[in-house]
Amino acid sequence: MATVRLAPVLRSSAGGKKQVSAEGSTLAELLAALYQSYPALKEQIQPEQELSRFINVYINDQDVRYLKGLNTVVGPQDTVILLPAMAGGK
Amino acid sequence: MGDTSREIMRRARQQVPEWTPSQVHAALAQGREDLVLVDVREKHEWNEGYLPGALHVPRGFLELQIEEKVPGKSQQIVLYCAGGVRSLMAGATLQQMGYENVISMAGGFGQWKGAGYNVVQPRIMGEAQIRRYSRHLLIPEVGEAGQLKLLDARVLLIGAGGLGSPAAFYLAAAGVGTLGIIDADVVDESNLQRQILHTTERIGQYKAESARATIKALNPDVNVITYIERLDETNVRRIVAEYDVIIDGTDNFPTRYLLNDTALMGDKPVIHGSVFRFEGQVTVFKPYAGPCYRCLYPEPPPPALAPTCAEAGVLGVLPGIIGLLQATETIKLLLGIGEPLVARLLTYDALAGEFNELRLFRDPKCPACGENGHPEDLPTYAEFCALPGRS
Repeated sequence: MATVRLAPVLRSSAGGKKQVSAEGSTLAELLAALYQSYPALKEQIQPEQELSRFINVYINDQDVRYLKGLNTVVGPQDTVILLPAMAGGK
Repeated sequence: MGDTSREIMRRARQQVPEWTPSQVHAALAQGREDLVLVDVREKHEWNEGYLPGALHVPRGFLELQIEEKVPGKSQQIVLYCAGGVRSLMAGATLQQMGYENVISMAGGFGQWKGAGYNVVQPRIMGEAQIRRYSRHLLIPEVGEAGQLKLLDARVLLIGAGGLGSPAAFYLAAAGVGTLGIIDADVVDESNLQRQILHTTERIGQYKAESARATIKALNPDVNVITYIERLDETNVRRIVAEYDVIIDGTDNFPTRYLLNDTALMGDKPVIHGSVFRFEGQVTVFKPYAGPCYRCLYPEPPPPALAPTCAEAGVLGVLPGIIGLLQATETIKLLLGIGEPLVARLLTYDALAGEFNELRLFRDPKCPACGENGHPEDLPTYAEFCALPGRS
């Protein structure tokens, strides 16, 4: 199972966990499995068919937009990072 | 018995070829870029003026510093001093060190100047400045030339809050000559847990004014320009145009998009930082050299996914770390040293004690900086995420 690291703003949707595991041979499959365990994440990451445009998904530090998007292959040793924009500065 | 100075000179003259000032002038006039001019005089002599483009390596430090300043041993070097004697002996020393193509300018700076050729009058730091910035002057990558660059630099801070406070405080200490601070808020008690430019006494005062007071007390060299207003479409171009580097420490997405687009149009680098509870992010958006903010986040998240510090809280020391990373990146850009965080997002997790780095890519279809981008004509989502500004 691949490791999924959640940005802080997403953690409340995953029982406060910073890191979870999910099964899937592609990113799409892995995210579907993730939503099974944590349904609230779906709305934040993928409300429609496509990945939301305000979230960045990285597999092993590479942006999936420049890999194969939802069709990117994910291996059990891979780390998936979910990172939405943060605004806080003050 | 050792050699007399006359004997040392005689030998040096046999070994080291000499050019007259007019020969050196002719070589430089041809735009010879492979020729390095080295001034071996003392500091006080250099301060009186030097040849255009010359490096300064006082003879007393010649052996210690020349390999750093002129690494190539086959490089053609023209040495000069005041009258042509010290440069001749310096030439013999360089030959001993293995430099193959060393020339001494006969007659030295005196004859050069007497012939009416150009000299550069260096800017000189005052005694107080030399003491204040002495730890910078000791670093070769900064040195006097770098410190003068910092003193000439103009940096704009968007916000004098959690990120802007530490960044402005340290940039002022570093001697960045002009700091612009835009912030329309007043100091609130809840700011003081992290916004270290402000004080308990100054609760209720404008943050920009409070920031000026703290900065002036630390370093009177720094010119502080305050803008007690919000950055918006009406003022952004005018203000951004006045600065070399912009530090983005805002708390809302509309300002970040607006700043991004304006910075692209004005070709100004933006040092981006953000914080949330225990985590922070830093990157450098250098126009067209790496991605821009819209490449990274084409659209803002809905308010529920992007709470401000006021809603979510932040560990007080965290913006200190992120703001200082921003200040560090600013100084690197101003001095042109190191590897800036362009196309790299550095994230810091305070609880884990971990830094991570993500690679960022420029989106060729980016509506702002892509091939067909139009940064002047994009929505900033001001209505969409109309969050309360204060945080």
